Amino acid sequence: MTDNIYKPVTATVLDIQLEAGGGRPIRTFKMQIDDESEREDFLHKPGQFCIVSHFGTGESVFAISSFPNTDGIVEVSAMRVGNVTGKLHELDVGDKVGLRGPYGNDFPVDDWKGKNMVFIGAGIGISPVRSVYQWVLHPDHRKDYGDVTLIYGARTPADLAYKEEFKEIEARDDLDLWLCIDWKFGPDGPIEAASHEDWPAINMKSPGDTEIPAGQNRFTCFVPQLVEVVKPSPENSIVVTCGPPIAIKFITQALEKLGWSSDQIYTTLENRMKCGIGKCGRCNIGDIYVCKHGPVFTYQEVKEMVPEF
Amino acid sequence: MSHTIGKDKMDALFEALSEHEVYGPVEVDGVWTYKKLDSAPDLEFGNSQVPPKSVFFPQTETMFEFKRDGARFVGAEEPQRASKPLVVFGVRPCDAKAFTLLDKLFTWDYIDPYFVDRRERATTIALTCSGQKPDENCFCTSIEGSPSGTEGVDSLWTDLGDRYFVESVTEKGEALIELGGNLFVEAVSDDESSAEEVKENAVKAITRTFDRAEVAESLRCLFESKYWEDISASCIGCGMCTLLCPTCHCFDINDVVKQGEGRRERTWDSCQFEYYSSHASGHNPRPAKRMRQRNRMYHKFLYIDNNLGVIGCVGCGRCISACPVNIDIIDVTEGAVARACMEKDADAKGEEAA
Ligand SMILES: Cc1cc2nc3c(=O)[nH]c(=O)nc-3n(C[C@H](O)[C@H](O)[C@H](O)COP(=O)(O)OP(=O)(O)OC[C@H]3O[C@@H](n4cnc5c(N)ncnc54)[C@H](O)[C@@H]3O)c2cc1C
Ligand code: SF4
Ligand code: SF4
Ligand code: FES
Repeated sequence: MTDNIYKPVTATVLDIQLEAGGGRPIRTFKMQIDDESEREDFLHKPGQFCIVSHFGTGESVFAISSFPNTDGIVEVSAMRVGNVTGKLHELDVGDKVGLRGPYGNDFPVDDWKGKNMVFIGAGIGISPVRSVYQWVLHPDHRKDYGDVTLIYGARTPADLAYKEEFKEIEARDDLDLWLCIDWKFGPDGPIEAASHEDWPAINMKSPGDTEIPAGQNRFTCFVPQLVEVVKPSPENSIVVTCGPPIAIKFITQALEKLGWSSDQIYTTLENRMKCGIGKCGRCNIGDIYVCKHGPVFTYQEVKEMVPEF
Repeated sequence: MSHTIGKDKMDALFEALSEHEVYGPVEVDGVWTYKKLDSAPDLEFGNSQVPPKSVFFPQTETMFEFKRDGARFVGAEEPQRASKPLVVFGVRPCDAKAFTLLDKLFTWDYIDPYFVDRRERATTIALTCSGQKPDENCFCTSIEGSPSGTEGVDSLWTDLGDRYFVESVTEKGEALIELGGNLFVEAVSDDESSAEEVKENAVKAITRTFDRAEVAESLRCLFESKYWEDISASCIGCGMCTLLCPTCHCFDINDVVKQGEGRRERTWDSCQFEYYSSHASGHNPRPAKRMRQRNRMYHKFLYIDNNLGVIGCVGCGRCISACPVNIDIIDVTEGAVARACMEKDADAKGEEAA
């Protein structure tokens, strides 16, 4: 009898971290597959996704944000938006969930050896990016890559995810870290957020002209402007960027201004999925099934898709 | 080698298949569908409204149940799956051909255990169209099919009045003859020529034709056209065209909890439903009817072909018969070809003028 690809394995929640608060909080769930014999099958590659079950409620698709391992440890960062994510956010450490995957294609990290790496994450979009920068920054791999730049923004300082990890990253001298938080909006457009003293505001009109005080790496602006401030060089470089579609659009525009071509820019797409394995039909963009052919695409590939996403 | 079986032998054949799960066409509340039978199949039917894909890919099926620890569900547990061989009677050749598309889809890199297990266990007995079939909406002959086609068929039966002419197409078909023993008798040349006549008449009875030569090409240049708005204006999004299509395979997955017991189910779904592709953020890649109808046509005539090397229509005509607002797939695709030519001409004129 055929193995059942749809049947999730049971995993135990080991740790839950609140990453961002507000109406749509984000929590990171660290899970471990219970059955040791099932753990190796879950060795993922950076960029792949998994499907988490809250038994009795349903399944949801998440980017795997953790480093590939054979201990059956899987981390996802989930925003609370509906049924399943709502129930996941009510879980406690020790509770059981279901896991299936890993599915989808992955970032071609081997092809990128020798290149400078620029990671750009906006909001929850940092989660799929995390699996790649963790890969590149790992002691076994760091020497394979050139300069590393990490650009990341969220709504408020409290909404920046993976805080402990970022403390360690910030202490490293083999990469450049840039952070930003959003402007607050008033009735007449963006207003400077007074409470963000350590986060000087960037001139939104011409962010590229900003004078950066020495040692300053955190600002108040949106991620695309921060990209214009940082001016990553396209020379022998690759960008990995994920985030809401609107953020990706402006990030790629900023990169194109700086001379980047679309095939140097990698991103992930998040269409609605159920099966994750090319059967249920709903994730298609033209003849591309995001679950099978993606979720990782170059921006060039995205531009060539039918305009239906 | 060909055989015949007398219609009066069908009860005996059903008896001989006692170790099998036998499926066939049945009328339930005025709707012809395929169900597990507890007596010999009635093959005097027109077409089924529900296609026999439902035998292998049921409208709703339990995928597995949940294990419980107290009041909580803590894992998934598969119920004992049936292992008896299946026999499906009275499958129309177009529907059998559709099985071969579903075979490709459900084994595309990942094996779908539910569909594949049943398909492997099954012997498909097709029935050459005669009597009430072909009907006014059949067009299989325009899509490389035939009312006596054998793609996806193990045993092809043709109605000769008091008996069926039986052709074994595969080893499974031959095994059926062996199992039936002396219920099947060797065909004589008269039987063969009578069957030939039925088959020829069936082809002649098909009135609708469909020129698909330029469909794919035309669709390619029509993506942005207002055409899709025009043809989908009357669509009410009921999904019948896709749910009842023998090649459509979309499904939804949901957890169901009743009286403390939980299970995961899958059910047919349709790209014509607004929420089908809606993201959790509320963003929807296909928010408008024109986009959903366009997706249906493109999926059938371009996308499946690009991915699996077959087109997603076998010409059964169900979507035409079932649509409450008379959206007709032949009209839509032929209209697309005409519109593409028109828009090309208009473009050329525009360029000349500029
Ligand atoms: C490849 C991929 C990677 C992803 N990675 C992440 C990640 O790392 N982190 C993350 O947080 N999310 C991620 N997502 C998104 C995540 O899968 C969804 O947010 C999640 O599945 C939502 O599930 P839910 O049951 O909580 O929401 P649902 O309850 O299914 O829906 C939430 C909202 O969607 C709308 N909606 C959906 N269906 C219907 C319907 N039938 N009727 C009416 N309204 C409807 C409603 O507005 C509803 O409030 C990813 C998605 C994909 C495809
Ligand atoms: S598209 Fe219509 S005619 Fe073609 S196979 Fe499906 S239901 Fe039949
Ligand atoms: S059957 Fe007709 S009305 Fe219903 S979704 Fe299909 S095209 Fe629209
Ligand atoms: S998620 Fe089912 S086909 Fe892609």
